[in-house]
Amino acid sequence: MSLIHQYKNNGYNILLDIHSGCVHVVDDVVYEAVTLMDEGCEAQETAARLTGKYPKEDVETAIEECLTLKEEQMLFTEDIYQEAVRDFKGRQSVVKALCLHVAHDCNLACRYCFAEEGEYKGSRELMSLEVGKKALDFLISHSGARKNLEVDFFGGEPLLNWEVVKELVRYGRSQETLHNKRFRFTLTTNGVLLNDEVMEFVNREMANVVLSIDGRKEVHDAMRPFSRGAGSYDLILPKFQKLADARGQENYYVRGTFTRYNLDFAKDVLHLADLGFRQISVEPVVASPEEDYAIRPEDVSRICEEYDFLAKEMIKREKEGRGFQFFHFMIDLTGGPCVYKRLSGCGSGTEYLAVTPTGELYPCHQFVGEEGFSMGNVFDGLTGEEIRREFADCNVYTRDACRDCFARFYCSGGCSANAYKLSGNIKGTYTVGCELMRKRVECAIMIKAALAQ
Amino acid sequence: MKHVKTLNTKNLRGTVKKGGCGECQTSCQSACKTSCTVGNQSCEHK
Repeated sequence: MSLIHQYKNNGYNILLDIHSGCVHVVDDVVYEAVTLMDEGCEAQETAARLTGKYPKEDVETAIEECLTLKEEQMLFTEDIYQEAVRDFKGRQSVVKALCLHVAHDCNLACRYCFAEEGEYKGSRELMSLEVGKKALDFLISHSGARKNLEVDFFGGEPLLNWEVVKELVRYGRSQETLHNKRFRFTLTTNGVLLNDEVMEFVNREMANVVLSIDGRKEVHDAMRPFSRGAGSYDLILPKFQKLADARGQENYYVRGTFTRYNLDFAKDVLHLADLGFRQISVEPVVASPEEDYAIRPEDVSRICEEYDFLAKEMIKREKEGRGFQFFHFMIDLTGGPCVYKRLSGCGSGTEYLAVTPTGELYPCHQFVGEEGFSMGNVFDGLTGEEIRREFADCNVYTRDACRDCFARFYCSGGCSANAYKLSGNIKGTYTVGCELMRKRVECAIMIKAALAQ
Repeated sequence: MKHVKTLNTKNLRGTVKKGGCGECQTSCQSACKTSCTVGNQSCEHK
């Protein structure tokens, strides 16, 4: 297996040492030397093969530098993590995050909604305060020694049950000192019911807010209409701008979905940036292949071109002092998560669970209502130990497609729900998703290279 | 170095001993909800 991922993008020769995470921007001599060495050539043979093409002195110093980096475990680093990650996954048994489905109901009828317009294969329901409190109690009692607990108010549309959201935040805060915990509340909303009172509360209490908007008006309105067909863009946009400004343009995301109908989605990202948003996430729809808007394998190359275009535009804007964050190009080369986090996945079904309006537990929001994935309820506790174990065993070493993928330290094996929906198995592979993930990692690193100049 | 510019200061190998506290944010809660993007999360102890 290759120890290095090397690629050229936007004029940069980039080497990613897969197992150390080290990123090197190199000249042509080193780039070619590393290709040969990664294939198994010794230093002497590598030098012999490159001399003639490049000046002898350059070849010698290039190989010296490669060997120095190898000595310092920054190049050709071996994988030493497999056992450590398996032990780590084996010992995890706490729950630290809940996705609270406070409303299985929605005031929009988005065409691509995985919750089937908010109802999740069930009927329209709101979570009662009693169920919500019980869910927070469940989280506290299952969180062991973890101090930081996360609760996302999700739906459907959570603002349809706003009074309960507020009461639950108050209840959570009242429990923090008692149990030595800290709640991070977040909210995901379509914005239809946002008003000044909601904004004031959200800005005081919510660590992050996810605001759903797809980009250009015509793109947004085509996929995110009201049930009678009218678009929602004009109603929500000014509210989102006001909220983002009130939060100082931090700790929020405008989050969009792109589909086959807007493969030129960079225009949507830039549209959102031009509207003043500084924290932007726009990602590919995940849908059954039979849906007309689903991304098809033949769309991948077009999407990759679009990511390249977006990356270059972001570099340009950053240098002009009008940069913005794009969630999928964010990468932290000087810090970032530890290797356990990187290799063990999102925590669905183990440390992260979803709670339905009636208090049923599922591995994550995308599994809600899926037959065979119920994991008990907040009143009687966790059941479904077999399901928990299956999710606990999900990591990059148990997914076939991850073993040889350079991006496994960045996506951590991908989304189990996507894998299940597209391959029928939570450890399966959503190939299109993988290809796009790899491209995004390459772009993210290239942006760092460009901005380091 | 003449031929190489290294961009990062953190080596993943160093996190084997110190990492794994589990206090960091759950990745799906932050923005995605339909993909798994872990490499851009931050460490609680950096």
